[in-house]
Amino acid sequence: MISVSNTVMQALLAAVLVIPLAGAAAALLPAPPGLKGRDPGQAVLRHGVTVTGVVLAAAVVLAVGFDTDRPGVMQAESNVSWIPSLGIRIHLGVDGVSLPLVVLTALLTFLCALYSYGANNSASGGSSSQAAEAATAEGPTEPTGSSTGPASTGGSPQAFVALILLLEAGTLATFATLDLILFFLAFEMVLIPMYFLIARWGGAGSGPAAWKFILYTLLGSVVMLLGLLLIGFKSGTFDMVALATDKHAGLTHTTQVLAVLAIGIGLAVKTPMWPLHSWLPDAHTAAPTVGSVLLAGVLLKMGTYGFVRILLPVAPEGMRTFAPYLGAFAVVGIVYGSLVCLSLARRGAKGDLKRLIAYSSVGHMGFVLLGIATLTPTGVNGALFANIAHGLITGLLFFLVGALKERTGTTDLDTLSGDTGGALYGSAPRFGGLLAFGAVASLGLPGLAGFWGEMLALLGAYDPAAGLSRAAFVTYMALGALGTLLTAGYLLVVVRRVCMGDPQDAPDDHDSRERLELGHEATPEAGRKGSTVTARLPDVHSYEYAAWTPLVLLTVAAGLWPALLLGLTDPAVQNLLPGVSR
Amino acid sequence: MTALTHAAQLFADEPAQSVQSVDWLAISPPTVAAVAGLAVLVAELFLPERGKRLLGPASAAALLLSALPLLFLRTRQLETFCLPGEAGACSYSADTLALVLQFLVLGAAFVTALISMPAVRDLELPPGEYWFLLLSATAGAVLVPASRDLVTLVIALEVASLPAFALVGLRRGSRRSAEAALKFFLSSVTATAVTLLGASFLYAVTGTLHFRGISEGLTRADPQLATLGTAGIVLTLVGFAFKAAVVPFHFWVPDTYVGAPVPVAAFLSVVGKTAGLSGLLLLLVQAFSSRAEIWGPALAVLAAVTMTAGNVAALRQRADRPHSAVRLLAWSSVGQAGYLLVPLAAAAPDAGAHPQQALSSAGATVAYLLMYAAVNLGAFAVVAHISRTSRANRLEDYRGLYAAQPLAALALGFFLLCLAGLPPGVIGLFAKVAIFSTAVQNGLGWLAVIMAANVVIALYYYLQWTALAFRKGETEVTTVSAAGSGGSGQLARPRIATPLSVTIALTAAVGIVLSVDPDLVLTFAAEGLR
Repeated sequence: MISVSNTVMQALLAAVLVIPLAGAAAALLPAPPGLKGRDPGQAVLRHGVTVTGVVLAAAVVLAVGFDTDRPGVMQAESNVSWIPSLGIRIHLGVDGVSLPLVVLTALLTFLCALYSYGANNSASGGSSSQAAEAATAEGPTEPTGSSTGPASTGGSPQAFVALILLLEAGTLATFATLDLILFFLAFEMVLIPMYFLIARWGGAGSGPAAWKFILYTLLGSVVMLLGLLLIGFKSGTFDMVALATDKHAGLTHTTQVLAVLAIGIGLAVKTPMWPLHSWLPDAHTAAPTVGSVLLAGVLLKMGTYGFVRILLPVAPEGMRTFAPYLGAFAVVGIVYGSLVCLSLARRGAKGDLKRLIAYSSVGHMGFVLLGIATLTPTGVNGALFANIAHGLITGLLFFLVGALKERTGTTDLDTLSGDTGGALYGSAPRFGGLLAFGAVASLGLPGLAGFWGEMLALLGAYDPAAGLSRAAFVTYMALGALGTLLTAGYLLVVVRRVCMGDPQDAPDDHDSRERLELGHEATPEAGRKGSTVTARLPDVHSYEYAAWTPLVLLTVAAGLWPALLLGLTDPAVQNLLPGVSR
Repeated sequence: MTALTHAAQLFADEPAQSVQSVDWLAISPPTVAAVAGLAVLVAELFLPERGKRLLGPASAAALLLSALPLLFLRTRQLETFCLPGEAGACSYSADTLALVLQFLVLGAAFVTALISMPAVRDLELPPGEYWFLLLSATAGAVLVPASRDLVTLVIALEVASLPAFALVGLRRGSRRSAEAALKFFLSSVTATAVTLLGASFLYAVTGTLHFRGISEGLTRADPQLATLGTAGIVLTLVGFAFKAAVVPFHFWVPDTYVGAPVPVAAFLSVVGKTAGLSGLLLLLVQAFSSRAEIWGPALAVLAAVTMTAGNVAALRQRADRPHSAVRLLAWSSVGQAGYLLVPLAAAAPDAGAHPQQALSSAGATVAYLLMYAAVNLGAFAVVAHISRTSRANRLEDYRGLYAAQPLAALALGFFLLCLAGLPPGVIGLFAKVAIFSTAVQNGLGWLAVIMAANVVIALYYYLQWTALAFRKGETEVTTVSAAGSGGSGQLARPRIATPLSVTIALTAAVGIVLSVDPDLVLTFAAEGLR
């Protein structure tokens, strides 16, 4: 336990929010002499790595300095008046609920920046002569090949880095702010960057997908704004801490019900909750790798975080009214997501692997919502744990699928698996191993991060808060448990189809062979004559190791030592849940 | 005896009191603008051709000069043209509300003058007339928020409108321009006639033209005259609704904006709308405050219909139609007028009993107007730039703007997102929050919900335009060398004219400053107006 003075903590938290913003502005300026690098793209991607690295470092120091003896209390709190006429204050602070999310966001963004930098480097020169040739043929600064780094297709790397940093600033601000309107502002701030990331750097159909993403979220969040204003005016304050600790007579039962309905819709779209989820698969399928990772890893968490941070403490009665419905929708989401995944994983279904993982996110976020709906400390802790776990595991899976797409040019399961299977174990054993690890972690194997959150959520549903129908929640639990089985089913099918099989046995594919020319260090063990698209795949690159290892380690760590996270969240949850500690 | 002394006293006081005192400092903003307009018109006759180029900068400087007295008036709360003997019966008041709106009008006119400079040269508009008309219309619009009786208000509004007709039709040999001017003129004159009829009804009922007197008179009026009073209120409001382009008096807007030169459209969309809305605000909060039950619900419905009609029409603009950019801005300005009415409707419950409360609610309109003026003029400046190269000014012409002129594209994106109310346009968001809050606080939840739906519709088309500006151009050659040398393959986009780039920089700076410190304008939505 290192004690850091409060002023330093305040400065750190403010820095975590301001540095990405400043970095985004700086990314658009020309690089200063001495930092020009090999070309502007490389320089600005390096700038991105530096800035996100600094932010991550600040977030880690913040976490180290966090007083773990009192995680239920707001720390690093600063409270400055911003718009007195509307009563809006810049009120920042972290507690056990938001700190893990802040660190997760900083980590994932850093890894994304690192990954883009590495991918750009290996694509536009250096390690592979073939790649360098391909790059020079297309002009030195804009390698637009389909298999090159994510930052090089679609738009300028400067804009790419600026958008990523803007996205990071918005997400971090969402988790760190304690003012309702500021929360809304931060919540909205991520939309524009994400829209452009999907629309300009995305794959096929990215335009409509980006529109769908932004329209769904906007529709939800405008309604959410009305709900937030309702709470603010009826209670007389926008301050989350004040709202959570004091009883406000203005928040009558009706007001609470209305507010939960309005705010809940906004958050549910973001989470996403079935049946408001339909933007997610399209957005994920079309988004570039980095966009998918951030979308699944941190953006979705903003929705569930809002439930825990705002709705549970501020409108407990409203939540109690809607909890059974929330639980029902959550369970339908779990089962529906798994069933869609199962059908996508079938042979001949032309299932897209990215789409499949997107639907699996719907299922996983269903567990998070179920945990919240129980209104018990167990369930909410489980939800928060599942939140983090999903961020780590799904982030890793999207990284892997993105890398697979760069190697083979496709995410279509049928193309990938050929007749007998993709045989990644044979052609790229480390890559295949990582994919299998991600899948197994995602299905909730005990000992890995995915297990605890879902178990606690189901446990919470077995014994829901007083006043909730136990019969209903036990049914939800049973259905949720069925959902875990289905999840295991489709993920194992995916592993079998993509990782196993005979690399020698599949038909040739000229198109994918051409793409493979761009790859490097083709594994000599793989078959030379006819092969699947996954044959002769390059195994994991060093930059990919760098980006993925932290996720793997944290997944294992959180699985083996859940107290690390639960010790942080539990006291905070006790504070947020009404009638438990107060 | 007493009667005699009374008469004698009257007689003795007469020279001092029967002539209204004039406070020249208080009325200097409109006066300076009007005098400058005349001076420009006369000067043009004597200036050589080369000297006429200076008329534009001179007019802009005159506008700044007429804004200067606002600094001194800020703390004084002056009133002038007062009726002798009666307290509070003044025709001209330089209170905070008037000063803020005058500042807005003069600032907007200054920016319009900047946008106009290249256009006057390009379209070969007659410079003397153009600047004279612009300054006169500005003088009228500056007078509107300060007037405190019906006659002054109507005259001020006419002074603001009459030059505007001429401005719209000023483009020589353009049939569209003449048609637009005629359409604008006919509907506007009808509206004015209706307003005058309403004003005469009100005079008949209350026996006074001063706002405060009307408000009191309406409560004390003979019950038999109640219908006449109501008719007077409705008819008077119609004229102002026309100026503010409130549905169903909005049909002139798109055609007039498209037919007019772009700077004139910008002027109408900001200054014209401010004149109409500030008149509406004064009438509702001051003159008709005692009969809020008549106009409150009606105004709420009008607000809902206006924003919906404007936004839906803007949504239906096809990107490849000629003039779609201006048309979209025109329809979106109708939608924005709908938002601007919401706080006025929300002020209705307080209008009678708590005038300060009502003024604070209406202050949200003022705050929103200030935001709207800055970013809408900024957007028009970019449109004016594009219209120099592509006459058709389709939305399609904005494709690839980012590649050609990144700063202009970023600015356009910022302006549009401010209008939409989405970060990074923080001020747009908070101005909308202020409006939402007046509605939610005053029991107009349904209106807030309709407005929310409208905000989403508006987001759609604003965002589509923004996205278009950042998309890659079709004709654009992607090789780097061409971009570096501004080469032959590149879509020919000239550099932005200096006045236009100054405008874009100025309005963007205002938008950014307001985004960092929204309280600068939002204070008017709290206790800032008196």
